[in-house]
Amino acid sequence: MSELARLRVEQAGPLALLQDAGRFGVRRLGVTQGGPADPHAWAWANRLAGNSWGAAVLEITLGGLTLVAERDAWLALAGADLGATLDGEPLTPWRRFRLGAGQRLAFAMPRVGLRAYLAVPGGFHAEAELGSLACVVREGLGGHRGEGRALAAGDALAFRAAGQPSGPEEAPPAVRPDYAAEPRLALIPGAQIAAFRGSSLFAAFHHPWRVDARADRMGVRLTGPKLECAIDSLVSEGIGLGAVQVPPDGQPIVLLNDRQTIGGYPRLGSLTPLACARLAQCQPGQRLWLRPQGREAAHNDFVRWRREFD
Amino acid sequence: MSHPVRHPVPRLESAGLDGWLVRLFDDIDEANLAWIEALMGACEENFGAALIDLVPSYTTLLVCFDPLRMDGGEARRRLLTQLAELRPREGDAESAPLKTLPVWYDESVGPELKRLAAGFAGDIAAVIHAHTQAEYRVFALGFAPGFAFMGGLPASLEAPRLATPRRRVPAGSVAVAGRQTAAYPTVSPGGWNLLGRTPMALFDRHRQGHSLLVVGDRVRFEAVDRETFIELGGDPTPMEEGA
Repeated sequence: MSELARLRVEQAGPLALLQDAGRFGVRRLGVTQGGPADPHAWAWANRLAGNSWGAAVLEITLGGLTLVAERDAWLALAGADLGATLDGEPLTPWRRFRLGAGQRLAFAMPRVGLRAYLAVPGGFHAEAELGSLACVVREGLGGHRGEGRALAAGDALAFRAAGQPSGPEEAPPAVRPDYAAEPRLALIPGAQIAAFRGSSLFAAFHHPWRVDARADRMGVRLTGPKLECAIDSLVSEGIGLGAVQVPPDGQPIVLLNDRQTIGGYPRLGSLTPLACARLAQCQPGQRLWLRPQGREAAHNDFVRWRREFD
Repeated sequence: MSHPVRHPVPRLESAGLDGWLVRLFDDIDEANLAWIEALMGACEENFGAALIDLVPSYTTLLVCFDPLRMDGGEARRRLLTQLAELRPREGDAESAPLKTLPVWYDESVGPELKRLAAGFAGDIAAVIHAHTQAEYRVFALGFAPGFAFMGGLPASLEAPRLATPRRRVPAGSVAVAGRQTAAYPTVSPGGWNLLGRTPMALFDRHRQGHSLLVVGDRVRFEAVDRETFIELGGDPTPMEEGA
């Protein structure tokens, strides 16, 4: 039997949250799904730690976090390069590494990307709430101590200290996105698309967009050409992950993991889950493009990606 | 219920690669509930383990499925079959659970009582009477866990949202906006008109079912005095100045 190990939080940074795959089956109660904003990097962190799909991982936004190991442990890091160091030595993401007792793992500031994922073999331990550990601050649900709390200095993260995990030690270069490049995000057109002016639709897919500073786990606002829609608002209805809603100011908002469960703005369509993952790594000011994708092609891309982690 | 029989003209709208939005009606109506609840039951039976989430709302049902178990085409075929055979839940309104929320109506916790009273010659008691006499139905949950949007508000209590939303609405606040009423499960920002406060826990993650109110429930409000409100566990802290 392996023993319980702990990572002590010396400094918490702006936002570090435990995330498993998300909270499902309770959206009818107004409870959002949570889960990793970038499931691609999250899934790779788990894989490099030898975990199957769904183990709880630490999502570190922007950096500023310092952790100290209470005993020797294997860890895995994927996603953004937040200038991580191990006792002062640079540590690049997309690999597994050993953290010795008393060693200090520190995240500085984003170099490329926005969110890093830190996994341990077996996943971090915490009490599930409504079937999930996913930490949603707005709802006061999930996380390492329950009640939707982000990591704070003095906290500790518990997990089972295990031997060297099996599986790849490093993610192949082909699966590591180039976060500095301008992404082309796939959008499945939605029901109200015909209500947008033709010139707005042309602009949506032929002009660049910029990620606004108003961006969080609920949604990301894009700035660019003003999209004009014949519909101002709808009777509130359920909204899925990646829904691109367009309020009357014509600037779209992409709804992410912590979005409200219902809403009433017309929608251009939905970003695919993989496009949402890529968007979650875009810093404010990042230029990007939207591209339409058919539902079937998006389904096939998603299933091919997801099967990698079975 | 004196509603004429409503028949949906359902449309399936794409909601991303793992969802279909079933639009059953165009207008908000209590009679929609019998159809929406029937469709929820059919989805639970038909989709089995492929069903991820159902999000009912006033005129629609969002059906989220697991793309590893089913593609969009298959989900669409199943939904169309279900819709072709769909019948409204019989005796829906009569059989829906009736839940009663005690409310302490007081200006210290319901600062818009006075504003609403303008329609009753300034008589706050008449506002309370109107709010407690009506029976409401839960049309949707959203905004926050356990936040139930209830229809059936008397026209005399109709009021627009506040021009500037409050940053902190206390938990339990009972409110109206447009032709709806609701109670805030937790402290949150909000722009509805506050009439009073309920001591009931509207959302409790440790309780079976979690949410006190679910879509389809019938709801009544019952006026209680300050002592009863406190006895039932209510927090009588007055609204902050300028909150």
